[in-house]
Amino acid sequence: MQAMKKSKLKLSREDKIYYAVCYTIIILLSLIVLYPMIYVVSASVSSGTALMAGEVWLFPKDITFLGYKTILQYKNVWIGYRNTIFYTVIGTFINVVMTLLCAYPLTRNNLMGRKQIMMLFTFTMLFSGGMIPNYILMKKLHLLNTVWVMIIPGALSVYNMIVTKTFIQSSIPEELLEASKIDGCDDIRYFFTILLPLSKAVIAVISLWYAVGHWNAYFNAFLYLTDKELYPLQIFLKEILIQSKVNSELMDPEVALAMQNLQLILKYGMIVISTLPIFCLYPFAQKYFVKGVMIGSVKG
Amino acid sequence: MKKTNKKWKRNLKRDWQLYLFLVLPLLYIVIFAYLPMGGLVMAFQDYKPRLGFLKSEWVGFDNFIKFIQSYNFKNVVGNTLILSLYSIVVTFPLPIIFALMINSIRNGKLAKITQTIVNLPHFISVTVLVGIIFQLFNARTGIYGIAYEAITGEYPKDLFASAANFRHFYVWSAVWQNFGWDSIIYTAALSSVDTSYHEAAQIDGATRLQRVRHIDFPCIIPTVIINLILRMGSIMSIGFEKVFLLQNSLNLKTSEIVSTYVYQVGLSASGTSDFSYATAIGCFNSVVNLILICSVNKIASKYSETSLW
Repeated sequence: MQAMKKSKLKLSREDKIYYAVCYTIIILLSLIVLYPMIYVVSASVSSGTALMAGEVWLFPKDITFLGYKTILQYKNVWIGYRNTIFYTVIGTFINVVMTLLCAYPLTRNNLMGRKQIMMLFTFTMLFSGGMIPNYILMKKLHLLNTVWVMIIPGALSVYNMIVTKTFIQSSIPEELLEASKIDGCDDIRYFFTILLPLSKAVIAVISLWYAVGHWNAYFNAFLYLTDKELYPLQIFLKEILIQSKVNSELMDPEVALAMQNLQLILKYGMIVISTLPIFCLYPFAQKYFVKGVMIGSVKG
Repeated sequence: MKKTNKKWKRNLKRDWQLYLFLVLPLLYIVIFAYLPMGGLVMAFQDYKPRLGFLKSEWVGFDNFIKFIQSYNFKNVVGNTLILSLYSIVVTFPLPIIFALMINSIRNGKLAKITQTIVNLPHFISVTVLVGIIFQLFNARTGIYGIAYEAITGEYPKDLFASAANFRHFYVWSAVWQNFGWDSIIYTAALSSVDTSYHEAAQIDGATRLQRVRHIDFPCIIPTVIINLILRMGSIMSIGFEKVFLLQNSLNLKTSEIVSTYVYQVGLSASGTSDFSYATAIGCFNSVVNLILICSVNKIASKYSETSLW
């Protein structure tokens, strides 16, 4: 930033070379990151024939929305979308409530046993029972193949709890608590009327993190769900993109001939529609994400 | 004894509302984090689901010994270590270099646009990321295959059929996805560099590169060291998800790591599942991890005020 003020200063030869190299690399890197994303979008709206003939390099060719039309007829995509939205909304809500419930008492220095409780939580970041004991637990709790297995086992992220706690400790002055105590405000009322409104920024940060986490999660669903009706979008994506399983319901004999090419653009289309919501959200949410990284980096 | 009891009672009376807040989170952590840890006793048993934890036969360290002596031990632990080290060597320095560069360019708008672009892929899910890799590098239908064919006139070999390629795909896709995001922490540290250093250096005739080398870089060294140490501490804890998705029968030689092997032994439908053995392998890995993180944190706290706890 400070360099901008000096921009009228004449540049030396070395500096000119340095900046030239810098700009080139930075622009090149952005293009490398951008290119696959643009290509995927272009491929998803091009015709399969043009794609196979190698006519699509950057911009779409023979624009067609056949791929998307087919995807929208695909029942599993709707099921996946419905479930993912449900898991994301309910899951994130529970996450945020749990995180605040946990973080607030732990910000209070004179709470007895605070250190021990904190240890209890942080230890779980370092050590865990692992895949098999977890699986057996879900089985014994009868959570396998229920909606709740997607929501409850990850109800609280200790990392996010620590971020929230750090935020409260560093940006909400303790005098506020003392003042409201003198006014006869108890802890519960203080939490709802003073702490919550002042914690909006960190609530935004953790909600976004949790929401993206739910949207992108496939591991729990993969281990604990076998009922197709409960599958989130990511599991269907895995079947279509990685195992190349395209459901026979798509194999309408009328389109059978065009099927090979259609399958190709269909996969590109799936990538786009599953990632689009996050990408639309991102430009508006960027500052919160970045802010979260900053708060998180203060401790550890 | 009586005194502390009294103190407890007084505190409980004063802070009961705060403890009320903690009831749900504590219940959660006990059930979903500590109960599975208790389940680790399986590793020392010949666990039979129908007998349960109480009646299954105790076998001591047999499962651990079996794993350490097995042919797969060297393979699986080796793969985990190699993949992890390769990842660190490549993915660790790049965000630092990128942050130094973006911090030194004079066009604020370009810097902002670039950062938005390079941060984006961080939010792509593993499934989609692996899907994109499979699509683009497909030897016939991907842009790689099409370009290769356009230039040489023949189709290339299938890149995914080779065990050697697995690691490159794993690491370089991680670079593509995360170098921008990982650089945020360094750009933040760089923004707090005192401008008077730069002004003084400019008066003395230092070039921009010299200033990056001797002012900017030393300022972020503490952040770099902490991050590196923490990365080293998690060397055995490579995540299951991406490796599993990139895995196929042809690249197992390099792609079978500890976590995927645990799944293979314990839960995969194709194998005859052996809960106790799989748990022992997972437990072995977790313990090694814990030791690594603790020792690494000791070093971290030696170098700076900030450490994990």
